[in-house]
Amino acid sequence: MSFFAITRATLAKDIRLEWRSKDAINAMLFFALLVVVIFSFAFDPTAEESRRIAGGLIWVAFLFAAVVALNQTWARELRNQVLDAYRVSPAPANPLFLAKAFGNFLFVSVLEALMTPLFIAFYKLRALGPAWELAPIALLGTWALVVNGTFFAAISLRTRSREIMLPLLLFPFSIPALLGMVNATTAVLTGEESARFWIALLLAYDVVFTAACLLFFELVLEAE
Amino acid sequence: MKRGFPLLAIVTALLLSFALYEALIAAPTEQTMGNVQRIFYYHVPSAWTAFVLFLINFVSSIIYLIRRDSKSDIVAFVSAEVGVVFCTVVIVTGPIWARPVWGIWWAPGDIRLTTTLVLWLIYISYLMVRRLSTGGKTPVIAAVVAIFGALDVPLVYFSIWFFRTQHPSPVIGGGGSLDPRMAHVLLINWVAFLCLAWLLCWTRYELEVAKRKVEEAQALESMLEGSR
Repeated sequence: MSFFAITRATLAKDIRLEWRSKDAINAMLFFALLVVVIFSFAFDPTAEESRRIAGGLIWVAFLFAAVVALNQTWARELRNQVLDAYRVSPAPANPLFLAKAFGNFLFVSVLEALMTPLFIAFYKLRALGPAWELAPIALLGTWALVVNGTFFAAISLRTRSREIMLPLLLFPFSIPALLGMVNATTAVLTGEESARFWIALLLAYDVVFTAACLLFFELVLEAE
Repeated sequence: MKRGFPLLAIVTALLLSFALYEALIAAPTEQTMGNVQRIFYYHVPSAWTAFVLFLINFVSSIIYLIRRDSKSDIVAFVSAEVGVVFCTVVIVTGPIWARPVWGIWWAPGDIRLTTTLVLWLIYISYLMVRRLSTGGKTPVIAAVVAIFGALDVPLVYFSIWFFRTQHPSPVIGGGGSLDPRMAHVLLINWVAFLCLAWLLCWTRYELEVAKRKVEEAQALESMLEGSR
């Protein structure tokens, strides 16, 4: 099977599984909803203030919710020794990683698409800067979270208390990406400065860590 | 333990005492900050030592992935551990100095402050992975995490660089002027701290080797008992 065939097959399988069970997406959605509601009780801002803090709130909510999906990525493959079977098969490791990362990207994007209107309603948001810039920010930011998240979830498989290990690894490493997403979003919402630098930073982060993940994933998968 | 160890211990003790005297008594008092500036002789050498140790961690992690020898794995482990200790000293002494001088404990937008904090967090998370990971492949996973950490550092730096910096500009190689007497004391302290770091790493290294030997012996023993 070619590289793309394996990626496509794994991705299709994950989407089908998720479509039928809706485990990850339901948990994520409810979790994100809770975070939005709790934030709205914790802060009761005016429209001007909320423009400044919404970028931070929205990405922190997505980060927390993404961890819920990321934790399930590989746990599913442990049942019935699916991962072991994959390891002994002649298929290369990287298509599996890419399929998992694309799958998570899709799930988190769906979550974002559903939660963003809610955020806008709760915080009375309206972008004063160029709103189209939010699209590349969302794409690059989401990829930054899921590419490292998928990789670190694979690492957490080899640890005790793996559900806790993932955020402990992912959060410190994601700080530059998080700074990029939050500041870019705030820049667009307030319209006071350009978001260009932060978008470039996110792009650099994505390129560096996608390359690193593809380079090292085989080592992590075979580490048993 | 080898013969060099007690020698290094004695040299370190002497150097540290001399450096302490130099920093607290011999060095001239800074004009505007006063005595509080003397914390600089601990803060800066600790930071440099921590960065050296993190660099050693990075290099030996790469060497481990190439050669797969337990020696470079242990070096990577102990340098990260001792590095975190020195980095903790940096993070604790920084605010103690900043409070009387800047009037605030912590400047969140400052580039070196925040980079050091993120570095500290990354290496703690590295140590957590080592501690929590199971099975024989801990070294591989740890080496990969170490390399990811090193890749993260420039990105952290640039992301914070975009904020305005509040930290005093680098006194060495940064165009700032440092009294030669102060630079001298700073260097003595750094040498003393490097010796201390070397001593600590050496101790931890021997300890880790012994621990692994014991674990191996125990595993062998339980295997023999199982087969009986």
